[in-house]
Amino acid sequence: MQRNAVRWGLLALFVDGPKYGYQLRTELDTRTGGSWAVNVGQIYTTLDRLVRDGFVATAGADAQGRELYALTEPGRAALAGWYLTPVTETERPRNELAIKLAMAAQDPSVDITIVVQQQRTESMRQLRDYTDLRRQANEDVDLTWSLFLDHLIFALEGELRWLDHVEATVLRRRHTRPASTAASAPAPAPIPAEAAETAESGQTRR
Amino acid sequence: MLRLSEVERVYRAGEIPVWALAGVSLTVRAGELVAVMGPSGSGKSTLLSIAGGLEVPTSGSVEVEGFGLGGLDSTAVAHLRRDRIGYVFQDFNLVTDLTAAENVALPLELGGSSTRAARAAAVTALDEVGLPEVADRFPDQLSGGQQQRVAIARALVGERRLVLADEPTGALDSQTSLAVLQVLRARIDAGAAGVLVTHEARYAGWADRTVFLRDGRLVDATPARDDARRLLAESS
Repeated sequence: MQRNAVRWGLLALFVDGPKYGYQLRTELDTRTGGSWAVNVGQIYTTLDRLVRDGFVATAGADAQGRELYALTEPGRAALAGWYLTPVTETERPRNELAIKLAMAAQDPSVDITIVVQQQRTESMRQLRDYTDLRRQANEDVDLTWSLFLDHLIFALEGELRWLDHVEATVLRRRHTRPASTAASAPAPAPIPAEAAETAESGQTRR
Repeated sequence: MLRLSEVERVYRAGEIPVWALAGVSLTVRAGELVAVMGPSGSGKSTLLSIAGGLEVPTSGSVEVEGFGLGGLDSTAVAHLRRDRIGYVFQDFNLVTDLTAAENVALPLELGGSSTRAARAAAVTALDEVGLPEVADRFPDQLSGGQQQRVAIARALVGERRLVLADEPTGALDSQTSLAVLQVLRARIDAGAAGVLVTHEARYAGWADRTVFLRDGRLVDATPARDDARRLLAESS
């Protein structure tokens, strides 16, 4: 999880009132369906930085004696600025799948159709499982969670469309450029599917 | 329940045989929705036509609700198709001169039901797809999404145990497509078997499994469900 996203995510939690430290973790967990695995240490470190930067300030204690924190005016302004600033490409994590397929497309020892199919099966499985969750989600009750699942679903849909495109492009090139390189230097046998991609298939999106 | 075993379908392009399906085996259980994806010309529509008894395989066997289609004469296949199999097409295929209820009642009346019984079943089916109020309207008085839901009601009316849908959301916007899938999914969850041909991965996500066709072959299937919440936590 990117540090920056945790920082802004935490700050956004203060909009509806003062919170105590552990409450931030619980609320972040609930709103993202447990998908933002942020540990308690990171929560407190980030909270300290928000206080240091003046975006959040201490605001007394609740009935149980837990120290409360509240959004400051500079914090509110910073949050508004964050909402209005688009996320740029350089802030997104590098995509292992994009790199894998771009490399595989250039490697004659790899049967890219197998690589694509392995990934397609895995992506489709994830899409099915997230769709299950989305069907159970009630956007009237938990809008954040519903929209977050929609995000995963649309992202996987995009990934699957891109996989189709990669496969079609590579196959078309094979047909239109008949094995001139293969004739002079025969390509090694395609690597088996198991070696192509299985063990790390769940780790391709971060 | 639908069972295809080693189904081949060969067309002849002049002297050259073309395998639309080259040894496809697929079982769809009651309560299961299977999505079929693949590029144009991969055999998706042929697969659906053969599953519904509209086309005869060159070799292999097709079983619907325990009836082997190969052992039935064409009249028996037609009856099975009318009584047990529901079709949903991309372009709805409603009869423009009949009201929504009459369209839905049509297969029952053709099967010998009384007009009154067929009408009652049609109204129930329209209720099931969330459109009780359109019973007496004609197709051209309905939106695209409503027409498709009427078409689904027609595909589901009576004792249909197998639903075959060919790009049912193809002509619909995103929200309407979801409403159509909800109806389809509810019927499957109530015990029908279903096959959904689609090129949209997002809609295939509604199926229990997705199979991919390429050049007439089934290349893969989506494995069993996992705990998606756990996956989410692990991948974050």
